[in-house]
Formats: sequence, C-alpha cells, structure tokens
Amino acid sequence: MDKQLLRYLGKFKKDTFLTPVFVFVEALLEVMIPFFMTSLIDNGIEKGDVGHTTRLGLLLLVFALASLVMGIFSARYSSRASAGYAHNLRQALFHKVQEFSFANIDKFSTASIVTRITTDVSNIQMSFMMTLRIALRSPFMMLTSLFFAFRTNAKLAWIYVAAIPVLAFVLIYITTHAHPFFRKVFQTYDKLNNVVQENLHGIRVVKSFVRKDHEIEKFHNVSEEVYTLFKKAEKMTSYNMPAMQLIIYTCILLAAWFGSRLITAGNMTTGELYTSIAYANMILSGLMMLSMIFVMITMSQTSIQRVKEILNEESTIRNPENPVTEVKDGSITFENVGFSYYGTDEKLCLKDVNIDIKSGQTIGIIGGTGSSKSTLVQLIPRLYDATKGSVKVGGVDVRDYDIETLRESVAMVLQKNELFSGTIKTNLRWGNKNATDEELIEACKLACADEFISQMPDGYDTRIERGGTNVSGGQKQRLCIARALLKKPKILILDDSTSAVDVATESSIRAGFRSYIPETTKLIIAQRISSVQDADMIIVMDNGLVNGIGTHDELMASNEIYKEVYYSQQKGGKE
Amino acid sequence: MAPPPGRMMHGPKTKDVKGTIKRLLPYLAKHKFKLLLVFIFIALSSAAGAAGSMFLKPLIDDYIGPLIANYSSELMADLAKAILMMAFIYLVGVVSGFCYNRLMIPVSQGVLKQIRDEMFEHMQTLPIRYFDTHSHGNIMSHYTNDTDTLRQLLTQTIPQLCSSVITVVVLLVSMISTSIWLTLVVLAFTFLMSLITKKTGGLSGKYFIKQQKTLGDTNGFVEEMINGQKVVKVFCHEDEAVKEFDQKNADLFESAANANTVAHMVMPIMMSMGYVQYVAIAIVGSILAINGVSGLTLGSIVAFLQLSQSFNRPINMMSQQISSIVMALAGAERIFELMDEKPEEDNGYITLVNAKYDGDDLVETLERTNIWAWRIPHRDGTVEYKLLRGDVRLENVDFGYTPEKQVLYDVNVYAEPGQKVAFVGATGAGKTTITNLINRFYDIQDGQILYDGIDIKRINKDSLRLSLGIVLQDINLFTGTVMENIRYGRLDATDEECIAAAQLANAHGFITLLENGYDTVLSGDGSGLSQGQRQLIAIARAAVADPPVMILDEATSSIDTRTESIVQSGMDSLMTGRTVFVIAHRLSTVQNSDVIMVLENGHIIERGDHDKLIADKGKYYQLYTGAFELD
Repeated sequence: MDKQLLRYLGKFKKDTFLTPVFVFVEALLEVMIPFFMTSLIDNGIEKGDVGHTTRLGLLLLVFALASLVMGIFSARYSSRASAGYAHNLRQALFHKVQEFSFANIDKFSTASIVTRITTDVSNIQMSFMMTLRIALRSPFMMLTSLFFAFRTNAKLAWIYVAAIPVLAFVLIYITTHAHPFFRKVFQTYDKLNNVVQENLHGIRVVKSFVRKDHEIEKFHNVSEEVYTLFKKAEKMTSYNMPAMQLIIYTCILLAAWFGSRLITAGNMTTGELYTSIAYANMILSGLMMLSMIFVMITMSQTSIQRVKEILNEESTIRNPENPVTEVKDGSITFENVGFSYYGTDEKLCLKDVNIDIKSGQTIGIIGGTGSSKSTLVQLIPRLYDATKGSVKVGGVDVRDYDIETLRESVAMVLQKNELFSGTIKTNLRWGNKNATDEELIEACKLACADEFISQMPDGYDTRIERGGTNVSGGQKQRLCIARALLKKPKILILDDSTSAVDVATESSIRAGFRSYIPETTKLIIAQRISSVQDADMIIVMDNGLVNGIGTHDELMASNEIYKEVYYSQQKGGKE
Repeated sequence: MAPPPGRMMHGPKTKDVKGTIKRLLPYLAKHKFKLLLVFIFIALSSAAGAAGSMFLKPLIDDYIGPLIANYSSELMADLAKAILMMAFIYLVGVVSGFCYNRLMIPVSQGVLKQIRDEMFEHMQTLPIRYFDTHSHGNIMSHYTNDTDTLRQLLTQTIPQLCSSVITVVVLLVSMISTSIWLTLVVLAFTFLMSLITKKTGGLSGKYFIKQQKTLGDTNGFVEEMINGQKVVKVFCHEDEAVKEFDQKNADLFESAANANTVAHMVMPIMMSMGYVQYVAIAIVGSILAINGVSGLTLGSIVAFLQLSQSFNRPINMMSQQISSIVMALAGAERIFELMDEKPEEDNGYITLVNAKYDGDDLVETLERTNIWAWRIPHRDGTVEYKLLRGDVRLENVDFGYTPEKQVLYDVNVYAEPGQKVAFVGATGAGKTTITNLINRFYDIQDGQILYDGIDIKRINKDSLRLSLGIVLQDINLFTGTVMENIRYGRLDATDEECIAAAQLANAHGFITLLENGYDTVLSGDGSGLSQGQRQLIAIARAAVADPPVMILDEATSSIDTRTESIVQSGMDSLMTGRTVFVIAHRLSTVQNSDVIMVLENGHIIERGDHDKLIADKGKYYQLYTGAFELD
C-alpha cells in the first residue's frame, strides 16, 4: 500500500491496526485447531475414551468459539477500516477538487475526475480490505504452520521449506508473465467499448449512410482481438493451478513416504503424520491465496497512482496574503494581457490585450469561434490567471483580491450552462442563498423567465432534473441569467448565454439590464450583431488579438471583420 | 469473498430463469463435443480429489499399522506401490483439471464472442426509436457488465459447480457406506448451515442494497457537481457542495462498513459450525462405537471425520456459486432482451441503382455514372427503371412519437428537383421530425410521402437513405484518420475523391495544416478540433457520398457567422443541382431558399420564398425584423 495515501486513514487508524491483531489471533487459533483434532483422534477416539473425547471436544469448541469471535471482530474492523479509508480518500479528493482552478480541472477533464473519485476509490477500498485480511494473514499463517510443522516433526517440515521457494517462483513467474497480457486484454476491451459507444452516439450517421455492415465489420475485428488475447491470457494462467497442485501433492506424497518410514522406525506417531500433512495443506493454500490477491493489489496500483495525481495537484490559483476584501466598483482594466493555457509564452491564445472599461458600461464582445472571447472574460473573476500583464477590477489587480470577494462581485453566465437537480428555487438560490421569494421573482422577471416559470404546474417549486434536461435550452439560459442576477454583482458577464433565446426576448432582457442595474458593468459575448450593437463599446476579437474597439457606428466605418460579420448576418449566406 | 462494491448494480432479479437457460443452451450446444470432454475431465478431477483427501487412512490402517507390528520388506514395497498408486491418482487429477480448464477457455470465450457479435449485429438492425428511448449507458452495460457476469459464469461458476456437485455425491456415498447414522448428523448440520447462509445472505443482501443505493447517491452527486464544477466555482458554491458531499459520504461509509461486515462474517460462522460438527461426530461416533451400534469401529470414525471435513468445503462453495449464477442469469436475460428487440421493418422492394442511357432507355449499370435510377420490379416479372430526380412530397402527414402526443399535423411539403426547402421555427416545433420521416427513421401515421412519385414505404430503406445525404448539428466523427472519416461517406472513394470533397467543403485548408494532414488520427469524437472544423469534415463526408438529395439539420448553428460564410460557400457548392432540406434557427442561413416553411407547434403556418414571407408580414416577418432591428 502506498505510504502517502495511508496518511488518509485518519481516525480509522485504530481499526486498521486492530484488524491484523484479530486476524493474527484467528489465524493462530486456526493453526492450533488441527493440533487438538489429532489429539482428539489419538487420545480420545482411538482409545475409545468417550470422557476424554468429550473433554477435548469441548476444549476444541472453546477454541472454535474464540476463532468465531475473532473472525467476527476482524470482519467488523476490516470493513470499518477499508470503508473508512475509502470515505477519507473520497473526501480528500472531493475537497481537493473544490480548490481546483479552471486550469486544474481542464488538465484532468471532468470525466476523469469523476472516475477517480468513484471507481478508483472503490478499487483501492477493495484491495485495501484484501491486504488487511489476506496479505497479512497468509504469510503469518504460513510461518506459524511451518513452526508447528517443525514442532510436530522437523524432518518432514524440511520438505515444505524446500517447496516454498519453488512454489513462490512458479507463482511469480506466471503472474508477472500473465499480467501484461491481461493489461492488453483490458486495453482491447476499452477499444471494443469505444466502438460500441461511437456507434451509439453516431447511430443516425450510421443509419443515414447505411454503414451497418461497415460498423459490424469494425466490431468483429475488435471482438476477434479480444477473443484471441483473452484466450492467450487465460491459457497463461491455466498453468497456475496444476503447477501448484503438483508441488503440493509431491510434498504430501513425500511426507507420506518419509513419514511412514519414520513411523515404522518408531520415531513418529500416526497422529503426527496427520497433523504434519494438514500443515502442508495450510502452508500451500496460504501461498495460493497470496498469489490471488497479488494480482489484485498490482492492479490497484494504477488506481492509487491516479488518485495521487489529484491529491498532489497544486491549485494554480490561490488566495494572496493580506487579500483585499472589498471591490470598489465595476471598472475593468486589461494591461498588456497575454494568456496561454499552458502557462508559458508559447501558444499564447491572448496577446497584448489593452482594454479600459468604466464601471456601469455595457460592453459587447464579438469574434469567431476560437478567437478567445471566453478566455478573455474568464480572466476577470480569476477563473484563470493571466500569463502576462495584469487584469484589474476596481483599480486593483485581481490577484490581490480575496478570491471569494472577487467572485461574489463578478457574476458570470458560462457558455456551458449547468442547472442542478433540485427545484427552480434551490437553483436560483445558488446566486444568493438568503434571497426572499420576492427577490427571486424580481430577478426572473428581469431575465424574462418569470412568465414560463409561472406557467409550470408547480411554478417556482418545479423540480429540475439532473443537468436541467426538462427545460428547453432557452429556458435554461434565462434561469441561469436570473441566478447570476441574484448575486447583485458589480460586474455581469454573459458568455454567449442568450443564443437559444429568441431575439425579441433577448432585447427585452437587455432593456431590463439598462433600467434596473445601471451601475453594474455588463459584458456580453454574442454571435449576433443585434445583441451587441447598442453597447457603449464593442470589442472585436480575432485570433487572440483585439482587432478593434468602438461603438457600432465606429466599427462599421473602420473595422473590416465587424463589417463582414454584419453583412454575413444581413445577406444570409449569399456571396 | 464479499461481492466487490459496484457490482449488483441492477439488482439480481431474473424474471424467467428457465427461459433464459433455454436461450443459453444453443450457444453451448455448438461446443457439445468439447463440453462432454470437459465434463468427463471435471468428473475425473473431482473423483481424484476426493480419493486424494481420503488416502491417508487406508495407508495407515493397511500398511503402516501392520508394519509397526511386523516389519517386512515386502510390506514396505507394497507401501511404496500404494504411494505410487496415489501419485498416479493425483496426477490424473492434476492433468484432468488442467485439461478441462484448457478446453473450457475456447468454449467460454467462443460463446462470449458469439453473443457479443450477435448482440452488436442485432443492435445495428434496431430502429432509431430504440436508441432514442434507451439510455446509452444502459445499452453499454450489456456489453460490459452483463457479458462480464456471463464470463464469470462460464469460466468459473459452472465448472466449479459441476466439480462441487460431483465431489459432494462421491463423498456422500462414501459417508453413507461408512455410517448411515453419522451421515445423518452431517446432513443435519448441512441443513443448519444452509439456514444460516440463507439468513445471513438475506441480511447481507439488504445491507448491500443499501450500500448500492448510497453509493449510487454519492457517485451521482459527485458526477453532477464535478461536471458543473465551473459553475460551482463561479458562484463560490464550494462550501455548500462540500457540506452535502460530506453528508452523503458519511452515509456511504456507514452502509459500506455494515454490508462488508455481514458479508465477511459468513466465513467464520461456517468454519466454526464445521468445528462444532466435527466435535459432534467425534462424540456421537464414540458413543455409537462403544455401544456397538451398527458395527461402527473407532477407525471408521476417524475416516468419517475426514470425509465430513472434505464435505463441508464444496457445500459452502455451492451457496456462493448459486448466487453468482443468479447474477449471471440476470445479465443474460438483459442481453436477450436486447436481442429480442424488434428489428427495423423494411418491406421496400424498390432499390436504387446506377444507371446510364442506352439511346433513350435507362439501363442499369455497375459503374458510378452519377445518374441514379429507381429499380421497380413489377409483379409480372418485368423491371421498370425510373430516373431519380429528387422530387419529394409530403402529403397530409400526421405524426407523433407516441400515440398520446401528436407532433405534426397535416403537413404538406413539395420539394421539386433542385429546390432548396427550408424549415424555420422554435425548438420543438417539429422541424427535425420532418427529416426523421423523410429518411424513415420513424414512420408516419397518416398521409403519405412520395419520392419521385413513389411512396417511400415501397422503397428499400437502405436505398432510400443512400439517396439522402445528411449533415446533423451533433457532429459524430469516428476514431480513425481524417481521411477515413471523410471516406465514411463512400467506402470505395479514392484518396483523390476524398480530398476533392474536402476542397468542396472548404475543409482542405485546415486539414493540410494539421500535424499529419489527412492522416491525422482523430480520437474521442474529434476532440482535438474546433466545432467548426469538425463540422467541415462532416460536410466533406456528406460531399463524398454525393447523394441526390441533402438534409442539413442545423448544420451550421454551432459555427460563428463569419466562419459560417466560409462553410456556407462549401455548402452552396454542395447544394447546387440537388434537392436540399435545410433546418436552421439562424434566418441568414435560409434566406436564399426557394421555399421557406415556418413551423409552429407541428403546423406549417407560413410558406413561400423570403420576399413573399416578408411581404406577408406574418411570423417570419416578425422573426426577421426582430433579428435585425435595423429599419
């Protein structure tokens, strides 16, 4: 198990340390029981002494009971330890991710973070439990069995000592050789799943191009590959069992042969032979168990690695020392700002950006896909840090603010809107958890959402499904705007967040902004010229550069790109 | 061993055990001969195992005992022979064990491959409705979880169960022949143990269901929060998220600890029950032997004790095996459910063929002539060829995805060859539905759709779809090179044709700038490319197919207007000479259409070209003026 991760045992250390104690005692009892069994045979049954048999039997029962109690304790503590360990790991991961910046999240991708918190933690939990219960127990049992075997008859015990390294070698040889095969099998499995997944996603494409046969052929190829590889891997491991059996049986036969000679020479009793052979079985079955979990533990190494990657990730955005805790106003300044997602001077996707925005202004931002409009505005609430230059809000560099203070005064509606499962009300209250019902309604009116909400059967208490699948795209966008408005922000950023709202509604939303939140600085990223043309200032972005700044009329007069966009929306695709 | 967390996702309930087994048998029947051998080897190996576990006693009674009393080298040689005999039996056991394992590998993997292949092949025949109404996650799990439980069943459970049953029978016979009374004692304990297993099984089942529920709850929460992590950050919602997560996580810990505890308690209980049984047999046996009941000797008690110990192991294993059989059958049942889904019906007999003119007559040809014809076989055996012109008419079409909710009402659309027909309207107005009907992803309830005067129900579906090219808003690219993705449109297209198609779609420029040009490998749905670039590849794909009729469903809505004008010129060249259906919410895309249909709630409320609709001052006019507010 990994040293670093073991720190996360926390209060379950006690359970973790107690488990082996119970496991050891249980194993010890289990090893001693055959001792009593032979004694029961030799001194009780064979002599026909019912009294002695009963007495020894009762003693055996006491041991059995003790072993049961130990077994239950070890079940309890190992379960608590492993479930607790998983609990702590999940918690540490989730908390860590909450500290992540956008850059950190991008680096891992959300899907991969989710798998790490769910599947990988489950894998670690399983292998931890196995380690506690078996990895410690088996060697211990082997040693004690060997000890008792020596006590029973040292000469026979030497046979086992000789067998152990052979067995260990065979096991290690086979598992290490089979392991790469299984890894390959799993990779091909992934490929197979990928083919199915792409087929499912693109089923309309498949059907409209009539590519059924092509897809089936693709699937057959991977399926064939899985088949051959799996066969190979399983053939490899199929030597495991017979090899071990051969060695075990050889030991037993040798023990029987030499044992018989010892007995006839009067150096050993028959009972001792029984016991000795019983120990042989124990030693070797212990080794077999070990080989089984060996595979499992090596497989969990990957999960451990993946979990560690998250835990060791440094958040790229941290609170400064002595942070500023008040945002004066909604003015924004970009000074020679450059930005790269890689944090280096290479591949800059924003270059030499200089913009001055006064508090309360309405700013439109226009530009093609990939022109870094979203990147630009995400620097304002410090979702990313500028690589070069500085971004100032209210005259202070955003990096000097307390992050929470800054983000509380900058509301942003992201391009990829998310609603969460819950009611409309609980979703809106993300913006301000203490908002009164009246405030909610007011914000929704402003975002032109009140109308459709009140038409819903449960009004503001209507349940939103996970991912907001039960409201339309335009409704979702309006709810997200209302949610952002509830923050009563000094700066409001809409990142292409009215694209699914019809033009008339959109313009009344903008009219609402003008009359109800005049002091708030409003930044609107849009595709439609109509969404931005009445702004105080329009920024035209092209390829990470500010291509032009000005009012609609100024840009119409001077900016080629702006004019082009304008005419492309005017003429409707004609050359 | 406890079932690993995350298993038992679907609750191991099988509705029709017998039916499912019956369905599985034919797959196994293919490997009859091998399976017979497997069974023989299993029997041999379990018999050898049972014999092996009992050999010590006769060794001592028949050889060692007499040897102690009276040493003779002949007896010693006999002992050696007995041990060699035993070695032979062990060897038989080991070899047959190895053989059945090896024989089983191609059988089980073969069955799995066959099932997987059949499942996928069948899935390809299912109608779009199936994919629209089943979650992809669930369909995927048939290929992963469900086949996995089947693999376990075939490679492990069934052979083990066979071997357990054989071992139990062999041991039971030997036990009865040793002492019927003591056998009864053992059976009484077996009964008791099975009661305990059932009880704890029920208890642990309950706990596991609870664990599964809390696990699902926690994982669901994690998924939702992490997917919305950026929103969480924007709203400084981290603390609330953490608070809720901690609560769920604590519940999960509680239920996981309980479920595992109960599961791990079963083994120790069974073990100690075994010891109790051992002592009971020793005492009861001794009393019986001393009182001379049923001729039980002290020696046979010892033998019996060994037998009873060997008897417990397979019995314990059987209870585990049965639970995994139940799980596997549930998985198999879900797989068969998929295979039982009704395939897409196709009664069309009119097919699409390449044609050329032989004088004035249209004749079928195998080469690609860019002239297409419908091949209409008549009942009297004659075949008529009708030139494909691209005339599509919807007449009085009614449609609903479910009988309760009608989506389209009395829709009439006439698209003449070479015309561009556009559909405009809000989300949910039924625009996409119309295209779903033209290519028969869904079938209309009332009215008819005519293609060059032929009812499309009479056209073979593959032919119909080959004659229609589609570019969708959701762009689906496949893992493979850019070239392969373009070639998806027509598998026999040459590299030159693909490149020409890319040039037509204005995609050639950016493709050549990619690291490996046309050989750049796209993975994860082309995630390395921008939305616009992916769309251009999709358009090139449609271009290489070169179909007579095109459907563009919001094909450019994810592209900004400036890029769109670049794509548009590619599209325009793609559209010339073809009948085209365009769906768009951006009016600029549709303005130059020959006919524009404005849809509202499943009704066509306005139709005509741009100028007519503007002059009508209806809904289109409102939309249009709303969009530009310039006047």
